[in-house]
Amino acid sequence: MNILQIIIFTIVKILIVVTIILLAVTYLVYFERKISAWAQNRIGPNRVGWHGALQSFADVLKLLLKEDIVPDAANKPIHTLAPIIALFVSFTTYAVIPFGPNINVFGFSVPLVVADVNIGILYVLALTSLGVYAITLAGWSSGSKYSLLGGIRSSAQMISYEISMGFSIGGVLLLSQSLRPVEIVQAQSGWMWNAILQPVGFITFLVSAFAETNRLPFDLPEAEPELVGGYHTEYSSMKFAGFFLAEYANMFIASALIVTLYLGGWQFPYLDHFGLSNGWFAVISVITFAIKVAALLFFFIWVRWSIPRFRYDQLMNLGWKVMFPLSLLNIIWVAVLIMVFKL
Amino acid sequence: MSLQLILFILFGTISAISSVLMITRTNALISALFLILNFAGLSGLYLTLNAQFIAVTQVIVYAGAIMVLFLFVIMLLKPEHEKYFSHQPKLKIFAFFIAFIVFIQLVFMIFVSHPSQGNNANVAASVKAGTIEEIGKQLYTNYVLPFEAAGYLLLAATIGAIVLAKKKFE
Repeated sequence: MNILQIIIFTIVKILIVVTIILLAVTYLVYFERKISAWAQNRIGPNRVGWHGALQSFADVLKLLLKEDIVPDAANKPIHTLAPIIALFVSFTTYAVIPFGPNINVFGFSVPLVVADVNIGILYVLALTSLGVYAITLAGWSSGSKYSLLGGIRSSAQMISYEISMGFSIGGVLLLSQSLRPVEIVQAQSGWMWNAILQPVGFITFLVSAFAETNRLPFDLPEAEPELVGGYHTEYSSMKFAGFFLAEYANMFIASALIVTLYLGGWQFPYLDHFGLSNGWFAVISVITFAIKVAALLFFFIWVRWSIPRFRYDQLMNLGWKVMFPLSLLNIIWVAVLIMVFKL
Repeated sequence: MSLQLILFILFGTISAISSVLMITRTNALISALFLILNFAGLSGLYLTLNAQFIAVTQVIVYAGAIMVLFLFVIMLLKPEHEKYFSHQPKLKIFAFFIAFIVFIQLVFMIFVSHPSQGNNANVAASVKAGTIEEIGKQLYTNYVLPFEAAGYLLLAATIGAIVLAKKKFE
């Protein structure tokens, strides 16, 4: 492939991925409301479209038409910049996550990942570490003490859990011997899933992912009873929608990342032994990936409506005194696996 | 014009302009934000030099961790004394003196010592040297002692910070 063809294929892949993320986020909000209604014995949205299926589109339209109010005490440029950073981080992180095997298009072998780079995992870590700025700056620039408290809480929380997240990934990297997400997926063929080989690392990563995406039980940055609303108290209209969108997109990306790192990525166990043609192999792989991500997203929502919010000191204790030592222990366990069982 | 040159001009301009804006803003928080933009530009420059690991570490460590702490301090302390310094003539003379020395140093480095002459023309070797595998191998074989020493230094600093921050021990 020459440069022009690579650019065209990449642009097409970017368009597909962004469209899928936007659609997934829209329906994620709908399913969150439906599942919460089911958990609380309510009906949930059921007026717009078939069983309320168009509710999210109506909500987006409403947010677009609302008046955008910026407080007098706010720092206006940064107040606008914060949701843009949040969206930027959410959408660019997905670039390195593979969602299928190589496929043949017009005689070219195209990998189903936007950017197949050899520092992929570090790229994800770099971008998620920038995600803190969106929330911190939103809290600071609003000129309100509740927003500021929410922002500071959130940065402390995200920095604390980034450590156990990074160490959990260390175990995965030891086994796959690569930072390239495609190779990490290939290293988990059959049932050699990292979630099975290193369950402790899987759990610490999962918990850290909840904290990094500010989901319940760790949604302290937006604890309504204490902080009115949290870092986005002073946001309205489409800027608020930006944060909302980024939060759900982060959830989607966290699920995709967990699937890639721990649940075998797009691989269906022993599918290559079934003697399928290339096309069907790719289709089944992509569907497998989608099902795994959907199952994790359901888990995210399920936990939200089952477990109450942690207190701030409990959150910090869990992060530093439980998750951090456990993730270190996991690295030692993986080293034992490699040295003793020659994996 | 090659792609590499275009990227160099793009990232170079970003880092140069953002560093100038960083020292000319009076609001400390805006300055910090321009410093982060500067780090992002520098990380792009490292990528054009095939130093992928340094590029990503630049973002993770400086932009993602250290600058967050800077922002914390700026937000909580609210420094509003920058104007105080500009009215002190002695400080101004001292600052000009330091800036002049640094300027002479840069001029010397660029026009007299010709740093680009010593460059290794072997591109393949320089690409390999920038990868994580190669850096990891070097860190854990040739440089394992300095690496461990740096680790202990950081551990000591962490313990020191905890001791300083904690008011009393039970």
